[in-house]
Amino acid sequence: MIQICQRAIRLLLLLAAILAAGPFSANGARAGAFEDALPVLTGKGFAAVGEAVDALAASGDPRAIPVLEALSDGDLYYRESDKAVFLARKGGEGYLLTDPGTGEAAGTGARGDFQKIKTNNRLRVKIRTALGALGLFSPDPQVRIAAARSLFMDPDPALLPLVDDALSKDDDPGAREALDLARAAILIKAGEASTPADKVAAIRILSQSTSQGARALLGGILLDDGEGSEEVRQAAGKALQQIETRLSRLAFVENVFQGISLGSVLLLAAIGLAITFGVMGVINMAHGEMVMLGAYATYLVQETFRLHAPEALGWSLPIALPFAFLVAGAVGIAMERGVIRFLYGRPLETLLATWGISLVLQQLVRTIFGPTNREVSSPDWMSGTIEVTSGLLFTTNRLWIIAFALIVLFALMAVLRYTAFGLQMRAVTQNRRMANAMGIRSGWVDAFTFGLGSGIAGIAGVALSQIDNVSPNLGQSYIIDSFLVVVFGGVGNLWGTLVGAMSLGIVNKLLEPYSGAVLGKILVLIAVIMFIQKRPKGLFALKGRAVEN
Amino acid sequence: MGKVRRLSRTLAIAGVAAGTWFGATAAQAADTIKVGILHSLSGTMAISETTLKDAMLMLIEQQNAKGGLLGKKLEAVVVDPASNWPLFAEKARELITGDKVDVVFGCWTSVSRKSVLPVFEELNSLLFYPVQYEGEESSRNVFYTGAAPNQQAIPAVEYLMSEDGGGATRFALLGTDYVYPRTTNKILRAFLNAKGIADEDILEEYTPFGHSDWQTIVSNLKEFSSQGKKTAVVSTINGDANVPFYKELANQGIKAEDLPVVAFSVGEEELAGLDTTPLVGHLAAWNYFMSVDTPENDAFIEAWHGYIKDEKRVTNDPMEAHYIGFNMWVQAVKQAGTTNVDAVRQAMYGQQVKNLTGGVAEMHVNHHLSKPVLIGEIQDDGQFETVWETSGTVIGDAWSDFIPESAKLTADWTYPWVCGNCEKPKYLGN
Repeated sequence: MIQICQRAIRLLLLLAAILAAGPFSANGARAGAFEDALPVLTGKGFAAVGEAVDALAASGDPRAIPVLEALSDGDLYYRESDKAVFLARKGGEGYLLTDPGTGEAAGTGARGDFQKIKTNNRLRVKIRTALGALGLFSPDPQVRIAAARSLFMDPDPALLPLVDDALSKDDDPGAREALDLARAAILIKAGEASTPADKVAAIRILSQSTSQGARALLGGILLDDGEGSEEVRQAAGKALQQIETRLSRLAFVENVFQGISLGSVLLLAAIGLAITFGVMGVINMAHGEMVMLGAYATYLVQETFRLHAPEALGWSLPIALPFAFLVAGAVGIAMERGVIRFLYGRPLETLLATWGISLVLQQLVRTIFGPTNREVSSPDWMSGTIEVTSGLLFTTNRLWIIAFALIVLFALMAVLRYTAFGLQMRAVTQNRRMANAMGIRSGWVDAFTFGLGSGIAGIAGVALSQIDNVSPNLGQSYIIDSFLVVVFGGVGNLWGTLVGAMSLGIVNKLLEPYSGAVLGKILVLIAVIMFIQKRPKGLFALKGRAVEN
Repeated sequence: MGKVRRLSRTLAIAGVAAGTWFGATAAQAADTIKVGILHSLSGTMAISETTLKDAMLMLIEQQNAKGGLLGKKLEAVVVDPASNWPLFAEKARELITGDKVDVVFGCWTSVSRKSVLPVFEELNSLLFYPVQYEGEESSRNVFYTGAAPNQQAIPAVEYLMSEDGGGATRFALLGTDYVYPRTTNKILRAFLNAKGIADEDILEEYTPFGHSDWQTIVSNLKEFSSQGKKTAVVSTINGDANVPFYKELANQGIKAEDLPVVAFSVGEEELAGLDTTPLVGHLAAWNYFMSVDTPENDAFIEAWHGYIKDEKRVTNDPMEAHYIGFNMWVQAVKQAGTTNVDAVRQAMYGQQVKNLTGGVAEMHVNHHLSKPVLIGEIQDDGQFETVWETSGTVIGDAWSDFIPESAKLTADWTYPWVCGNCEKPKYLGN
């Protein structure tokens, strides 16, 4: 009880301070409150830091915002000698310091002299609430929206007057909407303090939103035995149902998106194999290792960027694409010339030889780069999510990978159809002796075809480095799926590969919520085996002599 | 009496063995004490186990620099079981009967340990197993230097339920589909039920080894956590699958403040391949973190960097377990004055070694160590920052108190128990 009272008093103080100070006037706050709060941060334990956060929030000082943000991000340090607090960023050998009072650079410091101010998740929630309260009157509407959203996530009943005040002053529609939601969340969390009528009104506002947060709040009402009003409970139940219906519709869309995204990953991994296995008929067990080489090529390019041009790191992926293609393609050509060309028409030997090569490549990479994962970071334009509609989020990197997989597929189709090399390749696979007679060096066409398939696998590695481990085992996890896609889609047919990959991806993802990941995979595998029994040549069988021999 | 008889019998056998092998091997055996290292250097587990092999080689080198052991040099015998569980058993047999090693340090996954267990018991040799595991086992021939569930999983969940940990009342238990996660989650479920958390507030999900598409599961987590109760995720996801899991968490914007994930198999080494900025605040429970600031740890890290010649390499919990296990074995051999398995085993009990986090590890008669429990938060530099720790050390419990049929069992390898899973004392020879 005492704790609750203390908390309420503290928040009221904060409120009074902010209201008295008015929006963002440093001079209006109690003079020195900010300066007094800083040393408290250096106290021992999370309790002291928590007190300091309260004091900083209560200071109403705009300078507190960057300090709290830095604290939450783990960028706040103090000097051990005089306990002076600094915002610090790692730079070179030591820290680049910023003075929190003036906001100006304060030189650099050696790492050993500074102690980081620790936070935990409980403090982060506290900081978020404090930042929400401090940001409600910011001149920037985006900051106000963010502030209102953080209050929605951690609604604190004591902040209701503050939100009301902000609502009366705000005329930005986006900010008003966020504030309305925050106000509703606060009213619901207020318990005895808000009337049933208030709560019903709040529930009505929440029922319009389609977010997991609103559902959590409404679910909370139903779970709370202290909520006595039958009227409120009924309204919450109804609103919850509305939200659930909308969410389940969205969940289906999201599921299909995830299926397409898994399908595009399968497609990327399988396109190269559709060439080496599908067109040439080589059972290439080292296909996964070509993907792995592509991922390591990406790592090398990124490391080079990190060392020499860290500001252009965002460009490392586009530049890694041709590099990965060349590396994997060159290894593919070497493999074809060195081993595979002696084994054409002997599938069992090819299988064993390429499997051996895959082990050699894995161990080679392990020896050169070490057994541990290598870090390939995502550029900014590939991180985060895009909110399609309220409550429906698509992750950006998946969208890129879907687009990329389709581009690669269509580019490859164009190469096969419209270039001289594509023509020669098709000629050799359809009738080798006739092609020879027409003056095509079929040996070299074989080598370059294999190189092309391997190079495309390398390009897939660039994309897969964004979602998977860059480790020597990267390829192993894709080899079986790749074969599955190519066989299912129909050997030698790129359209089949596309349809095969997408249908396997979507079926897998639609099954997973019901069956779990392990059983889902097994069911898909069984389904494909049954399908192959019925149609041994896959979805789209090529007709003609090419497949017969 | 029994002990003396057994010892003399062993000595007699050893004498016969030495007699038959007289000649080349006898001369060699006199020169060195052989230490077997049974860690995968290729295949899926190479990512974790290669480092442990290097750590062992470093420890052996250090011991040799100090003059070896019993006046002899230590000689490492490294084999590669290639992440292949049956091969672990073959290689273990090869080490013990072929190379005649005096002790083996090795294994990572519980399947590999289960696979070599009968070999070590049949040939009466010693294995030091350095990884946290699911418990429910105690063998006369294995010393478990990693954490048992009560030294990792249970305290971690207690922390999540505490006010500082966020006061979670709803739990999602995610794991890779094999013995360690399944057993750990069985114990956790029993523990949570005992704490008054109903089954409908517990979600259990398993994925295959190396699972790389986490979209559905992360979406599920979001939905599971939005039912009005504070939710936390307990992850026993192992090995390679962790990186895509954390990448997906980061991409879907799940913040640790809202849905903290505490992991039992993610250490400094696993984070090495990740940009951890979006993951700050997610948790891991271990008995050691590289970031712990003690003179012992500083010296260990410095020695490691000197040995591996790479300042960027990290240290982790299983490395500390090998450090403790190896030093304990060295002490026990010194005390026993021989590397004879039965003598060393007796000497192991009560052996104490300073751990790297400022406390003391003691070997108990159930073959488990006393260890401190640390909860750490992931930082943006890939390290962990300790946010909570036990005040002292916790003694490892071979049999969980939360599984009714296990709670009755005692593991005690001193007379008159001499048994890893009994309810009443047994006697030697019976």
